[in-house]
Amino acid sequence: MIKAQKLVKKFKSGESELVVLKGLDLHVRKGEFVSIIGRSGSGKSTLLYQLGLLDRPNSGQIIINEIDVSKLTDEERTAFRLTELGYIFQDYALIPELTAIENVLIPLYMQGLKNHEAESQAILALEKVGLKEKFSNLPSQLSGGEQQRVSIARAISHKPKILFADEPTANLDSETADIVLKTFIELHKDGQTIIMVTHEPEYAELTDRIVHLSDGIITGDKIKS
Amino acid sequence: MSNTESLIKENEKTNKKGSFKTNLRVGAFLATRQIKRSNIWTNILIIFIMTLTFLNLVIVSGILVGLIEGAIRAVKNHYLGDIFISDLEHKSYIEQSRMIINTAQNIPGVESLTARYTESGKIQGNYKIPKRRPTDSDDSVGTQIVGIDPVSENKVTGLKKLVIEGQYLEPNDYDQILLGAMLLSKYLSFDSPAFPALKNIEVGDRVRIEVNGNVREVKVKGIIKSKVDEIDRRVFFVDNQLRGLIGRTDYNVDEIVLRLKSGVDPIMIKQALLANNAGNFARVQTQEDAEPKFIKDMKKTFAILGNIMSSIGLAVAAITIFIVIFINAITRRKFIGILKGIGIEPRAIELAYILQSVFYAVLGTIVGCILVFGVIKPYLDAYPINFPFSDGILVATLNGTLIRIAILFAATFIAGYIPARIVVKQNTLDAILGR
Repeated sequence: MIKAQKLVKKFKSGESELVVLKGLDLHVRKGEFVSIIGRSGSGKSTLLYQLGLLDRPNSGQIIINEIDVSKLTDEERTAFRLTELGYIFQDYALIPELTAIENVLIPLYMQGLKNHEAESQAILALEKVGLKEKFSNLPSQLSGGEQQRVSIARAISHKPKILFADEPTANLDSETADIVLKTFIELHKDGQTIIMVTHEPEYAELTDRIVHLSDGIITGDKIKS
Repeated sequence: MSNTESLIKENEKTNKKGSFKTNLRVGAFLATRQIKRSNIWTNILIIFIMTLTFLNLVIVSGILVGLIEGAIRAVKNHYLGDIFISDLEHKSYIEQSRMIINTAQNIPGVESLTARYTESGKIQGNYKIPKRRPTDSDDSVGTQIVGIDPVSENKVTGLKKLVIEGQYLEPNDYDQILLGAMLLSKYLSFDSPAFPALKNIEVGDRVRIEVNGNVREVKVKGIIKSKVDEIDRRVFFVDNQLRGLIGRTDYNVDEIVLRLKSGVDPIMIKQALLANNAGNFARVQTQEDAEPKFIKDMKKTFAILGNIMSSIGLAVAAITIFIVIFINAITRRKFIGILKGIGIEPRAIELAYILQSVFYAVLGTIVGCILVFGVIKPYLDAYPINFPFSDGILVATLNGTLIRIAILFAATFIAGYIPARIVVKQNTLDAILGR
């Protein structure tokens, strides 16, 4: 499903250059729930941004569903993200002046869905994450866990092929984090491909495969039987 | 076709990517939520700025043009009328005046007319006070003596309303005159050798009129004041008396003023008079023809001045909108990044900001129009601004206002688009991470 080959990502900081990904190779199969773990600065979020088409590597190739996405223009990448990918950010990344359902609706409208189609898909997604009662609440009227679940609903509403989650439990208490993780497991059971960056080894243990990153290279790749 | 290309093509087909309608729909969705859920006072402040901009655009030039328009209207109302018939060059009166008056009275569309006798003369005051030295000059002023029918003159030019002291003339008044205020030093706010004036003359005082070598002592019955120099520098007699004084026994007059019915085209009446040979004996002009050239020049000058000031106002408004939208967009940079990150097209985000600016412009324009056409214009029509040389009104035509609205919208559109474009163009990930 995803094939990353010889990925290199560098950042310039004044005169010096920081190489964050050092020719990394990764292959994720359809339906896998992969967690990427590692210390701060190991390059796990950077890897996620490259795979999720939010950033461009300096060199290397990313192939998603046999499409070389490295060659896509910015407009094509935007369209690709809209239809094929879903994102969950650490800080939820909800639009503050949109209600829960409106946050979920916006990418569906962008896909050109009619009002009733978009609404039924958004409601379905919100129900799936257990937010039936809070459709009309603004993000400021929701708890952190609820906001993260809205973020998940927004990411899954259009049935993306791959779901990217960047430390989705980092800002949550353990009880809420468990609920979010359970949601991911449910989605995975339904066949959803998920790539999740996390700091928490116990959450990584719940996934099919744990990729350990250190200093821009993969130092461990544990696949559960 | 490669896999990449085929997928993109498929996306374009199924998702209507790039469709302006979809972008507009998403842009409108974002814009309405952002306006609805932003601080009400911020919205009111922006709309207030747009209203002031609109007023600046319409009122500054409107008042400047209205200043001249007020002067033109005063000349038209009190002096020239809709059609002004005067002596031919090198003629001292209008020959066949009776025929022209009869013709004019029979033309449909002419509401009323008045005829005037005019003669150059001199008015002298304080002549009973002995001179201190033999070389002292008389207290006299050269002027134009005008004979009028008080009733028809008032009907056509509303002269009675211009009396500021004393009383208006009656048809049977004998040896009584109306004096223009600019002939009296107490009404002149300046002292210029070009405008000699009588000193210490009040209503009821006696003055000497000298015309065609005849001298008559008359009483000042009233003083008139308008903002038309041609009126304020004249002396008005009842016509039959002046006729006797100047020996005009043929009833030929010097000026005929026509007031037309509402909506009648003055050019048509002028053509009708010329077709009846009036042009052989008199100069027939519409009010616009008779307008002095300096007024026409001033009209153009003030219009240019108004446009310059409006342009400055427009630039200030555009910059204001730019700053408002830019601050709005820059403080929401992270959310713009998120929207792009989840696949919202940059064009849809730009449209959201453009629609917001247009919304503010629309509301500002609506409030501005209500103020201009519902309050300010009717008020200034009823109570013109008292400028020294005219009663200033507000000239705000529908066409002129529509053009200004279009200009304001264009400026707002650009001022909304540019800052949105600047922020939307930034790197998506940098925006999301606040780098």
